[in-house]
Amino acid sequence: MLTTEIQSLGIVIEIGAMPVQVNSESPDFLAMLRERYAGYIGSSKDPEITFDVQLGESRFPETDDSVQVTCKDGCWTFQRGDFRAEWKPSKRRGVIRQSANPYSIDAVLRIVHSLTLVKNGGFLLHSASAIRNGRAFLFSGVSEAGKTTISRLAPSDVTLLTDEISYVRKQENVYMAHGTPFTGELAKLGENVTAPVAALYFLSKGLENRIDPLSAGEATRLLLSNQLFFAEDEHLVRQVFDSAFEFVSRVPVFRLTFFPDARVWELIR
Amino acid sequence: MSSIYFARNPRVAARNLGGEMMIMSGRDSTLFTLNKTATVLWQSADGKTPLDDIVNSKICVEFDVPPVDALQDATDLVRDLANHDILIVSDSPIGEPSRGSR
Repeated sequence: MLTTEIQSLGIVIEIGAMPVQVNSESPDFLAMLRERYAGYIGSSKDPEITFDVQLGESRFPETDDSVQVTCKDGCWTFQRGDFRAEWKPSKRRGVIRQSANPYSIDAVLRIVHSLTLVKNGGFLLHSASAIRNGRAFLFSGVSEAGKTTISRLAPSDVTLLTDEISYVRKQENVYMAHGTPFTGELAKLGENVTAPVAALYFLSKGLENRIDPLSAGEATRLLLSNQLFFAEDEHLVRQVFDSAFEFVSRVPVFRLTFFPDARVWELIR
Repeated sequence: MSSIYFARNPRVAARNLGGEMMIMSGRDSTLFTLNKTATVLWQSADGKTPLDDIVNSKICVEFDVPPVDALQDATDLVRDLANHDILIVSDSPIGEPSRGSR
């Protein structure tokens, strides 16, 4: 039956409770994505966005390896050396041109989620995140700051949401952390669950475990410095900026200095 | 030396938090934190008051520095901020009202 065949050529990837349908003519590519995003495959019949993936070239020589995200006349264009994508939010549709690899579409998903989150006061953050006792904790920092280390040290009563990219959505004035499939060195997908954010910690390795308060200015600066945001768009930049101030005014932010052993988790409750 | 006029670029987002001015470029989302001198210049950037007046009436008074040194440092700072698209610089008064600071 034709309808069944067409339906079988798409999957829904649901991150942060936002269903994104990905269509491709290649069953092998979709099977690869189904494996890559295991735990995040949804069944929504009404996706927020539908992307048609056109498999082909592996390189776009005229584009370098940095991500470029621009918007013109209501159409977003994302490009990097290994993909090109267009997305029209008003149509809820987009097209991705890439080779059959999971990394290009992963980048597109990160960009799309970063853009959609910003509009509602949320963000993607370079941070590990985890749930303990029904509350979510974010552990942010640059590379080598300890995101993967603290994730590895998590005791058994902790549910890991991600060791690399945290997903923070604002829902009715509460910041909720969601699990993501965006992995770091741990190479383990986060659990697809959510909880209200109880605290944000900026990581620093040291000889002892301690928590120190941060001034609002320092907290905001660190938060903005560690957010994932790609667009060269004045209006959205202003929203990112304002959202960071609002987050810091509502959620406790600390510096967590830790010695890399399991005792650090005695402070996180 | 001719007068320098400068105004805030309306395409940046800015907030004063505890006396510390934080500014984000609307062009490339680069984040800047202004020091005290730069914060005074930012707050005085109305596009109509020449830089030397601001230096004499505010910078020299607030930071107790000689006018010549202060003007040179302030000129360098204003041009640096203009290079980052934080300020708009002109050799004549700038007519557009500025916005962006809270």
